[in-house]
Amino acid sequence: MQITGAKDRPTKSSPASVDGNPRPLLRIEGLSKRFGSFMAVDRLSLDIHAGEFFALLGPSGCGKTTLLRLIAGFERPNAGRIVLDGVDLAPVPPYRRPVNMMFQSYALFPHLTVEANVAFGLKQEGLPRGEIAGRVADMLALVKLESLGTRKPNELSGGQRQRVALARCLVKRPRVLLLDEPLAALDKKLRDLTRFELMELQRQLGLTFVIVTHDQSEAMIVADRIGVMDRGRLMQVAAPDEIYERPGSRWVADFVGDINLFEGRVGDDRLSVEGTAAGRLRIAAPIGAEPRTPVWVAVRPERIRLSHDKPPNLENCLAGTIVEIGYLGDVSIYQVRIADGSRVKAAVANTDGNGGDSPQPADNVWLSFSPEAPIVLMR
Amino acid sequence: MRKVSIFNIFAIVLGIAFLYLPIVILVIYSFNVSRLVAVWGGWSTRWYAELAGDNEILQAAFTSLRVALVSASAATVLGTLAAVALVRFGRFRGRLLFASMIYAPLVMPEVITGLSLLLLFVAVEVDRGFWTVVIAHTTMAMCFVTVIVQSRLVDFDISLEEAAMDLGAPPLRTFLSITLPLILPAIVAAWMLAFALSLDDLVVASFTTGPGATTLPIRIYSAVRLGVKPEINAVCSIFVGIVGMTVLIASLLAKLTGARGTPARP
Ligand SMILES: Nc1ncnc2c1ncn2[C@@H]1O[C@H](COP(=O)(O)OP(=O)(O)O)[C@@H](O)[C@H]1O
Ligand SMILES: [Mg+2]
Repeated sequence: MQITGAKDRPTKSSPASVDGNPRPLLRIEGLSKRFGSFMAVDRLSLDIHAGEFFALLGPSGCGKTTLLRLIAGFERPNAGRIVLDGVDLAPVPPYRRPVNMMFQSYALFPHLTVEANVAFGLKQEGLPRGEIAGRVADMLALVKLESLGTRKPNELSGGQRQRVALARCLVKRPRVLLLDEPLAALDKKLRDLTRFELMELQRQLGLTFVIVTHDQSEAMIVADRIGVMDRGRLMQVAAPDEIYERPGSRWVADFVGDINLFEGRVGDDRLSVEGTAAGRLRIAAPIGAEPRTPVWVAVRPERIRLSHDKPPNLENCLAGTIVEIGYLGDVSIYQVRIADGSRVKAAVANTDGNGGDSPQPADNVWLSFSPEAPIVLMR
Repeated sequence: MRKVSIFNIFAIVLGIAFLYLPIVILVIYSFNVSRLVAVWGGWSTRWYAELAGDNEILQAAFTSLRVALVSASAATVLGTLAAVALVRFGRFRGRLLFASMIYAPLVMPEVITGLSLLLLFVAVEVDRGFWTVVIAHTTMAMCFVTVIVQSRLVDFDISLEEAAMDLGAPPLRTFLSITLPLILPAIVAAWMLAFALSLDDLVVASFTTGPGATTLPIRIYSAVRLGVKPEINAVCSIFVGIVGMTVLIASLLAKLTGARGTPARP
């Protein structure tokens, strides 16, 4: 056990996960990367813990690949540090870093067989031939490619290529595995399947994964924690449910899932927001801001109820006209124009109950939500 | 897609005839029994037998082959390195100058290349002979090698090299085990071109050669000035054979490396 005072701040030599606040496996401090005058990664700090499945989520061009390439050593940072296991990686060339990267294009060696591709990394370590053969065979079995070992990459399907790329990295047993959009090139069915296989592999091998994706549902499914990125900065780092339920900003709320936003000012009782397009909105939990501060009330579409009749409860309800209905199978998204002309989205599950009087375009309807539904955002 | 039209066949036959008819005629006439070059007198291998006794011609052919082998190999190494520098090192100081200096010999008239090399060799007072011709041919062929290899490197997916490094291969090993095998067909083609250019060259070799290093084109040219002997046809036929074999072996090699990659260990 540790001496009092040092408890919240693990020292450099403290072992991992003794006091629930372990030293991170990978620590990124104030990392910046500039291309010309463009900041691809902008003073970014992040801790990644051993055994974690971390997802970097952000729109295309926000610097996710650049961040991975900085960690792998293919780009030199303009500022900041990358520390792995307490060792600053700055002077370490890519071929000596104990991290591996799975490229978005897979980058399989076209002139080598599947086996030789997977064996390549082990050969560089100078392992005995017998051990290499054994580990390659084990790895190919793990990714279910044992029968394709003698094929060339161009004789494989997209899904098989993806597995070879994965096996080639995994066989090195990296401290951190960086995966750049590993599922982006697969079709939807295969992607869904492969996601779960990825999670299983990660758990089975006890490795640390950092996955890059622009697909929010993918990040939510696979990751223990998500870092949401925009324009080279981390907007929020949290568990998937927290990102969704308690986004830190309007940008995150909007990027992760759908959201309806109402601008207003904190009410005197701090339990309401006044002057929004929907009038005065009641909030269940006290707002942590002074009265009259401008804030935004965010409500997820699935938290909004839609009805033909005016709800008995007069709070948090507003009238509107249906403009458009997007049928998605399991749910339908209703776009409703409210009094000030803006649109509000409501997601309604298509249970067979509302078959008879389901709302139609141009219907006048009421929208309502409970005081627990809104998220109050300061920025 | 299997439709073969008469036009296609015609085009192919015409193209091949245009390329190879003169060579075929040359080979046929090398078996001519008659001393008169343009008169057909029946089949014979007499000129080949006579050739075996003609030391001068054999010596020249041997010199040409040696020059071509050495200069093609040197040009391939230097040209490949130049191509790697141009493509891989991005924008270094003087890149444009370097690039245009490499390409200049492509469009430089051979007479000028030959003359300037001659002046250089005279200025530094080296004895002209085998090695001066080799140097001249290396200079001449290097730019062709660079152009061929560079065009292959430009298409080369750089993430393959990065992946190799990521898996623990230092830069040199990455180049040897990933880049080189993948650009090998281009390098082989470049070597072949350099070899053919050297074998073929009369002008530059005439300027830069010296006593004891007469190449075959120089020998043939001076012989032809005194009238074409059927013997010359025989030499040329043998050369056609050698060049043909080179091309065949090289393309087989390229195909093999393309299909199988680096030879798999047992
Ligand atoms: N080598 C480079 N030179 C110049 N700009 C680059 C380079 N690499 C990336 N960028 C720019 O940096 C930004 C972030 O790129 P990237 O990290 O690939 O984004 P993401 O992977 O999130 O889609 C993009 O705007 C891209 O144009
Ligand atoms: Mg990317």
